[in-house]
Amino acid sequence: MSGSAAILLSILIPLVGAGLIALNGRNPNLREAVTLGTAALLFIVVLTLLPEVSAGGRPQATLIEMLPGLPLAFEVEPLGMLFGLVAAGLWIVNSVYSIGYMRGNNEKNQTRFYVCFAVAISSAMGIAFAGNMMTLFVFYEVLTLCTYPLVTHKGNEDARRGGRTYLGILLSTSIGLQLLAILWTWQVAGTLDFTEGGILSGKASGAVVGILLLLYMYGIGKAALMPFHRWLPAAMVAPTPVSALLHAVAVVKAGVFTVMKVAVYIFGIDLLRDTGHGQWLAYIAAATILIASLVALTKDNLKARLAYSTVSQLSYIVLGAALASSWSVIGGSMHIAMHAMGKITLFFCAGAIYTATHKTEISQMDGLGRVMPFTYAAFLIGALSIIGLPPLGGSWSKWYLALGAAESDQIVMIAVLMISSLLNVAYLMPIAARGFFLPAPHSPTLGEPHAASVGAAAAPQTRGIREAPMFCVVPLCLTALGCVALFFFADPLYRLLEPIATP
Amino acid sequence: MTNLPGLYNYWIVIVLMMTGFYVVIARGNLIKKIVGLNIFQTSVFILYISMGKIDGGTAPIIVADTGGAEVVYSNPLPHVLILTAIVVGIATTALGLALIVRIKEAYGTVEEDEIFAKDEQA
Amino acid sequence: MIAAHLPALQIVIPLAAAPLCLLLRKGDLAWALSLLVSLIALAISAVLLSQVLAHGPISYELGGWAPPWGIEYRIDVLNAFVLLIVAAIGAVTIPYARRSIADELPESQLGGFYTALLLCLTGLLGVAITGDAFNLFVFLEISSLSSYVLIAMGRDRRALTAAFQYLVMGTIGATFIVIGIGLLYMATGTLNMADLGARIPALGANRTIIVAFAFLTVGATLKLALFPLHFWLPNAYAYAPSAVTAFLAATATKVSIYILLRFFYTIFGPAFQAEDLTLHSLFIPLAVIAVLVCSTVAIFQINVKRMLAYSSIAQIGYMMIGVSFDTVTGLTAGMVHLFNHAVIKGGLFMALGCIVLRVGTCQIDDLAGLGRRMPLTMFAFVLGGLSLIGVPLTAGFISKWYLVQAAIELDDWVVAAAILGGSLLAVIYVWRVVESAYLRPAPENAPDEVSEAPWSMLVPTYILIGASIYFGVETSLNVGVARAAAQFLLGGAG
Repeated sequence: MSGSAAILLSILIPLVGAGLIALNGRNPNLREAVTLGTAALLFIVVLTLLPEVSAGGRPQATLIEMLPGLPLAFEVEPLGMLFGLVAAGLWIVNSVYSIGYMRGNNEKNQTRFYVCFAVAISSAMGIAFAGNMMTLFVFYEVLTLCTYPLVTHKGNEDARRGGRTYLGILLSTSIGLQLLAILWTWQVAGTLDFTEGGILSGKASGAVVGILLLLYMYGIGKAALMPFHRWLPAAMVAPTPVSALLHAVAVVKAGVFTVMKVAVYIFGIDLLRDTGHGQWLAYIAAATILIASLVALTKDNLKARLAYSTVSQLSYIVLGAALASSWSVIGGSMHIAMHAMGKITLFFCAGAIYTATHKTEISQMDGLGRVMPFTYAAFLIGALSIIGLPPLGGSWSKWYLALGAAESDQIVMIAVLMISSLLNVAYLMPIAARGFFLPAPHSPTLGEPHAASVGAAAAPQTRGIREAPMFCVVPLCLTALGCVALFFFADPLYRLLEPIATP
Repeated sequence: MTNLPGLYNYWIVIVLMMTGFYVVIARGNLIKKIVGLNIFQTSVFILYISMGKIDGGTAPIIVADTGGAEVVYSNPLPHVLILTAIVVGIATTALGLALIVRIKEAYGTVEEDEIFAKDEQA
Repeated sequence: MIAAHLPALQIVIPLAAAPLCLLLRKGDLAWALSLLVSLIALAISAVLLSQVLAHGPISYELGGWAPPWGIEYRIDVLNAFVLLIVAAIGAVTIPYARRSIADELPESQLGGFYTALLLCLTGLLGVAITGDAFNLFVFLEISSLSSYVLIAMGRDRRALTAAFQYLVMGTIGATFIVIGIGLLYMATGTLNMADLGARIPALGANRTIIVAFAFLTVGATLKLALFPLHFWLPNAYAYAPSAVTAFLAATATKVSIYILLRFFYTIFGPAFQAEDLTLHSLFIPLAVIAVLVCSTVAIFQINVKRMLAYSSIAQIGYMMIGVSFDTVTGLTAGMVHLFNHAVIKGGLFMALGCIVLRVGTCQIDDLAGLGRRMPLTMFAFVLGGLSLIGVPLTAGFISKWYLVQAAIELDDWVVAAAILGGSLLAVIYVWRVVESAYLRPAPENAPDEVSEAPWSMLVPTYILIGASIYFGVETSLNVGVARAAAQFLLGGAG
């Protein structure tokens, strides 16, 4: 299969899948089979692109000329390859998990759910393989809109409010700031193609570069740079598979991926370093890392805590771009994969706990580790990977980020990375510790009615609770194993990403 | 500005125009509004007619025997044009009055403030 | 032989068919005739546009009288484009109107309705096609008078007062235009627009011409509802029958903008208003205020039709921003938006008409739960709303892209920010409807029989909504023609 065909197919397959899912709405088994089949097919197609890209090839495809000189065009480079692989690969796991979760909780409108999900993946592929900023922006907006029905899936007042914040922040930053930045770039540079070494160098003065960088960084709301991070916690009203794949992987990674793309291919690392504008961005990112971690400490709702943890972790990647050294860019890019694997595991665990016990608050989860060992073991592995301890994937990206900070003489940033790791320990480890070591509460008044009705009044509430359905538990074990695997197989990842930092 | 009195018809145009305009704006009675609109339009008719008149000009009918003298004709075109505008004006008035009849049927009044009051209640 | 007379046929056919509709009396017969006429008009306008693009402007001497004495129909890229928009919207509205109007009007009035609609179409096409300034006024009044009638046919009694208000304002606007034309005739002795354009630069900015310019400008801006002369519009759109709202919103104000463009560029020449009077320093602030204020007002409307009407005034502000920039990009942007907005707003009002047919009202609370009960209609509304916001892959995005680009070219950052800010306000008012339709349960006492709108209304709706998506992806027709027209107006290579 030629490269350009594979690119177009990887966007088309999920769309066709969405159509088939919609047609099979009355037959859930067939519908879910279509989802899984589409996901597997997509992953295979994306994989066929890998050999060419790692060999230094840049497969291209052009769809149509939307505006004169601005076609919808695609070009796969290492960063996009990585993001594409992560999103497509985790979609398979997530689809299995979705089936377990959605059926386990008897959610409504499941067909709409799967359709929107497939469209979201299609637009994530479009973002990953976009060949110019225009194409990226188009799919960026499609991704925002098609995830809105997923966020508001429950359809109640909370969902409505969450959806409003979600759409409000994402659309207003992208239309108000990002589009302006894109148009300005077009005006200054005369092109929007992603070019190695950047398109702005030599064309814009220092001040213009500064303003443009500001517009881009805050325009890419999906990267959740403070103070435009509120949409991410708001999106947690969605069912957990959505939070897991979209708001830990596809959507937020699309944001930081765009940040990386803009930094590397629009501005160019050299330009960012020479003008010194990366400096303040690094401080904003550092502030986001620390503040979000501190906020996460205060959250009792498990998904909210994970959401703030995501906000914080995303800024690692922005920091990687802002430091503008070859190590930091590689570290930031690697973190896209590492964090994705770790965070999806954590969300899967949160969803599994909810499916099994209908508990959402951390303070209610004492002692659950002993009745749900697989889930909690996976949670522990995911948490350790996020913290960055070997032998787990997360340690590599933090290592390269720290190297990058050292390379650009930013000792403060190394300190920030260290403090943040400690904060990660502080907000993630107690969850696992409570699950394994604390006794389950006895008082029925504290518990959920569901659990209380199962156990006798005096018995520990965990009695009667078992692991979540197979469809939920297997995926989370797989991703936990993935975290381990990424530690040992980080080298191919590094080799894939090397060309973007050393043009 | 020596010929100010000589341009008196244009002064009349302006006076009529402002009168009509004032009536349209200031009166709440719909019939009076239409009357004001008519006065306003009439001023334009006079404007066009005035511009077609040429000093010493005669009706634009070819004089067979000029007797060697140069004959000055008035310009007929503005007059023809304004005939069209008059027709348009009549159509507007007719339509406006028809609407007023329907409004009277629906609201029982042709006073603007009373109509608004009734809409507020509904 | 017939091909040579196409410009006349464009006007004569709907004009002749209009009284026939009244004589036919039977609603369905009148409808069939109107449909036939509107399709012929569309075909003619398409042929005319292709001829103009291939061979340059067409001049047609009506009755064989040579200009400047006779009336000339003169078709260049600009008005061929406007003709196509008007004829296309007409051809989509009439199939739609059949069910929609049959529901809102008694059988006995149907013949009259189609008569008025065809007259309105004639008037709008005539305004666009004519090359004679006074003839333009006559056609303008034909379209205006028939649109007052159409609006007054609304079911609500407030339609009557809205029509009356529109009549008063419209007549004042049109009379201003006649005064301006009269003054121009006094100064130049001609009524032919091309002739006027040739003579005025020689006269320079003398007082008669400046006064004429002022009257024409105010008259035209009144007709196109530029803020703050927009007060007639919201009620007129809100209480007119649904099909009429869709038709007028998509055509009437657009034709008025065309009139303004004609006056500014063909008659007075780009140099006159831009350099001698620096009119853009007045228009751009007004247009920006229109965008921001009317979008904000739209947010607070309870009646969705009124909401879209205020949104229309805001969108007219966008067009005026583009037109006032006085650069090729700006004019292109203005005209692209003129086209795109016609398609988008036409589609949105049609979707709303479907809702009115089934639900009976269009108060925002009555839309609760409609996402489930009228999925196709609401989906069309959402797509149209996205286009109104200017989301990529929709026509609205293309408009915004060119508008902001034009602003950035002139380093006008305030305007660029206002254009994008207007989009954000649009997000809010569109999303109020979306939330109501999709995220609220249907009211307890809702009638059970609310079902999907009939195909005869859904298909035209989807044609326009589909077009608003199509022109967001494949832009060679709208942007290409708009750019050619802009270059033609600014005297570049047509």
